[in-house]
Amino acid sequence: MCLAVPGRIVEIREEHGTRMARLDFGGIQKTVCLAYLPDAVIGDYAIVHVGFAISRINEESALETLRHFRELGILEEELGEVPDDAYRAPEACPLPT
Amino acid sequence: MKYLTEFRDGAIAQRLAAEIRQITTKPWAIMEVCGGQTHSILRNGIDQLLPPEIELIHGPGCPVCVTPLEMIDKALAIAALPDVIFCSFGDMLRVPGSDRDLFRVKSEGGDVRIVYSPLDAVALARQHPTRQVVFFGIGFETTAPANAMAVHMAKREGLTNFSMLVSHVLVPPAIDAIMNAPANRVQAFLAAGHVCSVMGFWQYPPLATRHRVPIVITGFEPLDVLDGILRTVRQLEAGEHRVENAYERVVTFDGNLPAQQLLDEVFAESDRAWRGIGVIPRSGWRLSDAYADFDAEHRFDVRDITTVESARCRAGEVLQGAIKPTDCAAFGAECTPRTPLGATMVSTEGACAAYFNYGRVVQLERVRV
Repeated sequence: MCLAVPGRIVEIREEHGTRMARLDFGGIQKTVCLAYLPDAVIGDYAIVHVGFAISRINEESALETLRHFRELGILEEELGEVPDDAYRAPEACPLPT
Repeated sequence: MKYLTEFRDGAIAQRLAAEIRQITTKPWAIMEVCGGQTHSILRNGIDQLLPPEIELIHGPGCPVCVTPLEMIDKALAIAALPDVIFCSFGDMLRVPGSDRDLFRVKSEGGDVRIVYSPLDAVALARQHPTRQVVFFGIGFETTAPANAMAVHMAKREGLTNFSMLVSHVLVPPAIDAIMNAPANRVQAFLAAGHVCSVMGFWQYPPLATRHRVPIVITGFEPLDVLDGILRTVRQLEAGEHRVENAYERVVTFDGNLPAQQLLDEVFAESDRAWRGIGVIPRSGWRLSDAYADFDAEHRFDVRDITTVESARCRAGEVLQGAIKPTDCAAFGAECTPRTPLGATMVSTEGACAAYFNYGRVVQLERVRV
């Protein structure tokens, strides 16, 4: 329940006055509520919990962490695993008022 | 996948583990709070990469596991009522109540539905105005923003046939309770990264100071977990007790402020019973007075429930880190994911299910032979 998969925002639209987005999760696209990430833009990676984008991935920080890890060893080929989290997006959600 | 597979690199994992082995000079007991991290540790064999001095104690961060039996029994009673559509995250359906589970209620004719988002339950309430739609709102701070939005939306739309059975629990009071327990062995915490993605980590520095305990905000991929452990051991070896963020790409100090704002409006702090652990003061959320009309406990008469816990199940001790799942005589014998005695064997975040699913049961059988 607390696991989440990073997805890339590929489309943002309004639905019933609500900011919604299509996110790409490694080839699978889902609709997600963006009410809690009002500043998110297309191209951002976001972590999604039960149909809600909760936090943007800070790419600079991600790259910095990976750079730090690489200093420990040689980066091998990516393992190519896919997430096993079942996920389906809700229909719509409003902005908090 | 970007920002996922990079954090699963085996060669780097070996280097991080080697670094941990190199700096470890004493035995240390570290608790990973979140059941998602427990599963990552077992699935990826991280426990087997660590030096023998490092013991990982699996924490109570499994929402399905700590939902109190009384609340499960209330869910069962409500779900069995005619004209009720009872909606839940899938994990809850096989959690044993006193005498049955939600699957049994469903097989006996109850309208029990698995949803992936609480907003799906709100949509059902719209589609079925003559029926009562109840959502089982459980979880830690991660599911709370979605649950809060569902109730908020139902109120805004005047959906009087929607209600929520709320059993929310919170991480910081649990850390406090663990550190205050007389038999506590935990010397450091890997804090749950996704809980902090919602709440930030402003709640943790007072805990680290008061209990003189390192708290490292940690992610879920193998490299995240190993990095969290490495930073924790560095602090322990140096005699430090700071809050450190090892999941910076996702977690900020403040967390998600719009989510926290709605959480403040929809929920209010309350004492909560944790299954297998007991009541922890101010460790959960109930619906706030402004949303009390949407509280399923008020809407349906589910008082006077007598609960009966399995005499064989030692989930409480597992959840408190007192024993490992394999120390329980029922583990892998009469208690398996197909025939669970307790919630820790059911949930995808439960420690017993992790030990069973990721091969530790094989080791146990070898020992028994």
